[in-house]
Amino acid sequence: MNVWWIIGALGLGTYLTRFVFLGLIGDRPMPDWVLRHLRYTGVAVLPGLVAPLVVWPEGGTDPAQLIAAAVTVAVGVWRKDVISAVLAGGAAFVALGLLS
Amino acid sequence: MASRSSRPFLRGVADGMPFVVIMVPFGALFGVLAIEAGLPLAQVMGFTTLVIAGASQFVAVQLMSDGVPGAIVVASALAVNLRMVMYSAAMVPHLGPAPFWQRVGISYLLVDQTYALAQSAFDREQAWSVSDKVAYFAGTALPVFPVWVGSTWVGAVLGARVPESWQLEFAMPLAFLALVAPMLKSRAHVAGAFVSVTGTLLLWWVPWNLGLILAAIAAMAVAAEIERRS
Repeated sequence: MNVWWIIGALGLGTYLTRFVFLGLIGDRPMPDWVLRHLRYTGVAVLPGLVAPLVVWPEGGTDPAQLIAAAVTVAVGVWRKDVISAVLAGGAAFVALGLLS
Repeated sequence: MASRSSRPFLRGVADGMPFVVIMVPFGALFGVLAIEAGLPLAQVMGFTTLVIAGASQFVAVQLMSDGVPGAIVVASALAVNLRMVMYSAAMVPHLGPAPFWQRVGISYLLVDQTYALAQSAFDREQAWSVSDKVAYFAGTALPVFPVWVGSTWVGAVLGARVPESWQLEFAMPLAFLALVAPMLKSRAHVAGAFVSVTGTLLLWWVPWNLGLILAAIAAMAVAAEIERRS
């Protein structure tokens, strides 16, 4: 039974983290300074979310992964296209794996 | 993005496909590890359908099998999910005007993948109406749920996991980097991303992923200040 309590509390809590602003604020206007911060949520959270996975993966730092990540970012900035960035990074990773 | 369909829903489905595919090994791994930790199938599926947040599910199962008290398991796993509060706030300017019942559903499916895809598309498609944005979000989110639940089930029941030699776990960071890179369109965006990366790495020792939250708040403050001055 205890496990179901954990699952229920974690499920409810996690739902509330997703609902708290979107659900409760709705279309009430927000001050400019808040909107100015929120415009950068994507670049503020997502790079940090993956940085440790790239720099310190479970098997230890891997130069091939670092180079592949750099290729992905470079192609993504240059082409402004997600698919070509993923393909370029993936190809770099596979190629470096074959070379080593 | 590769697809140029005029229908936001179909655009969402097409854009989301690569992210849905890379969820499969994670879902399956959660199923395998949760069964190995001694959870019955019903509880494994309970986690996956009620929580839908992979990283926190791994944390919770790990702590439970270490015999940590339930309240601490919940608090630790919730801390890992704190970034979702930021996703929720960031979606308000775009999806806030949508009907309440739609926001209730969107909140349930607001995970890393759907948030990242939606943020990237909404920044790009300034002309989209609120219903276009809801349709796009639904397109990215609807495949996520059955694939996440289905892959967990496959892992739990069949014990199937992707061989480690495939190094598929690297696909996830790669896909997110590819999504973030086109967002780096101003000095403020680049500075925000830089603070996010360096801050998270410097604060890696902070427990329960809270370093990420601190780094993200600093990154938003720096980026917003650069925008204000320019």
